[in-house]
Amino acid sequence: MKIIVLVKQVPNTSEIKIDKLTNTLIRKGVESIINPDDLAGVEEALKLKSRYGGTVTCVTMGPFQAESMIRTLYGLGVDHAYLISDPKFAGSDTYATSTILSSFLKTLEYDLIIAGYQAIDGDTAQVGPQVAEMLELPQVGHLHAICGYQDGVLQVEREDETEILTIDVRLPALVTTLRRMNTPRLMNAWDAFRATSKPFTLVRFGDFPVNELKIGLKGSPTQVSKTYTKVLVQKAPIEKVDAKEASKKILALLYPYLGVK
Amino acid sequence: MKNALLTELFQKFALQYVKPLAREIDELERFPQETVKLMGTQGLLGLTIDQNYGGVGASTADYINAVRIFSRYCATTGVILSAHTSLCVDPIMKYGTEEQKAKYLPRLASGESLGAFGLTEPNAGTDAASQQTKAVLDGDDYVISGSKIFITNAIYADIYIIFALTEPSLGTKGISAFIIEKGIPGFSFGAKEKKMGIRGSSTSELIFDHVRVPKSALLGPLNGGFGVAMGTLDGGRIGIAAQALGIAEGAFERVVEYVKKRVQFGKPISAFQNTQFKLAEMRTKIRAGELLLEAAANQKDNGENYNESAAIAKLYNSRIAVEVVDDAMQLLGGYGYIRDYEIERMYRDAKITEIYEGTSEVQKMVIAGKVLR
Repeated sequence: MKIIVLVKQVPNTSEIKIDKLTNTLIRKGVESIINPDDLAGVEEALKLKSRYGGTVTCVTMGPFQAESMIRTLYGLGVDHAYLISDPKFAGSDTYATSTILSSFLKTLEYDLIIAGYQAIDGDTAQVGPQVAEMLELPQVGHLHAICGYQDGVLQVEREDETEILTIDVRLPALVTTLRRMNTPRLMNAWDAFRATSKPFTLVRFGDFPVNELKIGLKGSPTQVSKTYTKVLVQKAPIEKVDAKEASKKILALLYPYLGVK
Repeated sequence: MKNALLTELFQKFALQYVKPLAREIDELERFPQETVKLMGTQGLLGLTIDQNYGGVGASTADYINAVRIFSRYCATTGVILSAHTSLCVDPIMKYGTEEQKAKYLPRLASGESLGAFGLTEPNAGTDAASQQTKAVLDGDDYVISGSKIFITNAIYADIYIIFALTEPSLGTKGISAFIIEKGIPGFSFGAKEKKMGIRGSSTSELIFDHVRVPKSALLGPLNGGFGVAMGTLDGGRIGIAAQALGIAEGAFERVVEYVKKRVQFGKPISAFQNTQFKLAEMRTKIRAGELLLEAAANQKDNGENYNESAAIAKLYNSRIAVEVVDDAMQLLGGYGYIRDYEIERMYRDAKITEIYEGTSEVQKMVIAGKVLR
């Protein structure tokens, strides 16, 4: 099975700080990590490879510093990686990003494309589905599990708010994965040692056909007009009373919503 | 040269699997079999083995780095890796025939088999030439009888490099090395030793009662075993120097954390000059130990003679390990003496590095021998 995983390097948002003057993320000194939903996709891809054979290829778009992420992916056992990087791609919103990714993916062979459900730095959950649409592929999003593969059909479980759906999807297809569906493996020494010198392919503007008017900051339909930090206002009153008194007061506040007397 | 990604792997592995077990395996004197199994699946037992034999093909510097990083959290795990790699894998790679390499290295690389080494006997410690274990030729086989004591990885190992007299009248020139596998008739273990430190490591006697092995079990030349042993121990010393440095670094890391938080006389004790000067001394020793260790490892990787460098690195690092844990315990005061604070374990673990794989006195003999040559 030829599997492509779309991955993104993101700042570790659990350590994020906001510059209070400019209201932007302070990226300096913040560790970069593989987006957790994407890493879950890599893990699923590697599991599928070990069960059914094939190759795992990662495709990422971003600045050159993503090379460090590619080294780590190689250390996990990924076979090959493409880094799509060009000043013309900078500033792309999700739609422009999906345009670039899908245009490039048309030049590769694949049976399955896996994308993380969403990235922790944007939380849009748009790129996976958009890429599937642009490539006219069937898609199943928000996966809880990949169960098996037989005769060109992948059996997956999709997680809903209230239920788990078991779905058979004929490949080629695109699925999106959730970080909680697995525990990513640790690198192994064999692959980690070779990773440092293992080549990856740098993909620039001009290396594949793409509509120049639909990419980058100018080609992006989304324009962020303003970013600001939410100001949290304490609305609930605070009273210092003993536990018995407190429980009475809380109950009194809740009664109107409980429908009981 | 150290590989950055391997360093990242060692660090992650140490935090995820080595650190959480350190206290338990010490208290229960339990060999961490699950960690060793995982080391195998992650390639950590085959770091220095050629890729042709299923190994990683990494450098001595990388392997040393793994021992050092693991020992920061658990000296037991450090020595398991060191004994396996330096004392079993290394001599097979260096002295083994093509058949022996093909037979044993893939198993040692994958973690299917763990390695051990048996030289020391009840009456042959530093005086390794006073071996009493004998290997007598009988037809096409050797019949080995005798015993080896204080053997690391003992009952959990599968492949052993052991030494026996093949020509007793020739002294050191009559010793040969053999590769012995667990399970062959006549090969058994003595009682498990109860140790002061590295209590999770398995230390036992190996007993050979008319153990019959084919001639093909001979490692290196007939009667050339003393050279095999000495050559192997040079590498082992780098491993123990790395373990010692790791212990010192582990203690240092914890004491730095502690002195910043511990408040006495209204300020953190890190504000006092006594603390600062102690930390400066410890840090200097660690840095010096690091340079000696890396120099020895790089010399080995470059194919240079590293006999003296290994002795110097082991002599120095084992001493500073003992000193640094002692200073760390003094700075932690009563808390350092309590088991919860880990320094107590490190204090017990550090001492062995001055004793095994050649005592400090042996290292001085090696160094002085070079000086006076």
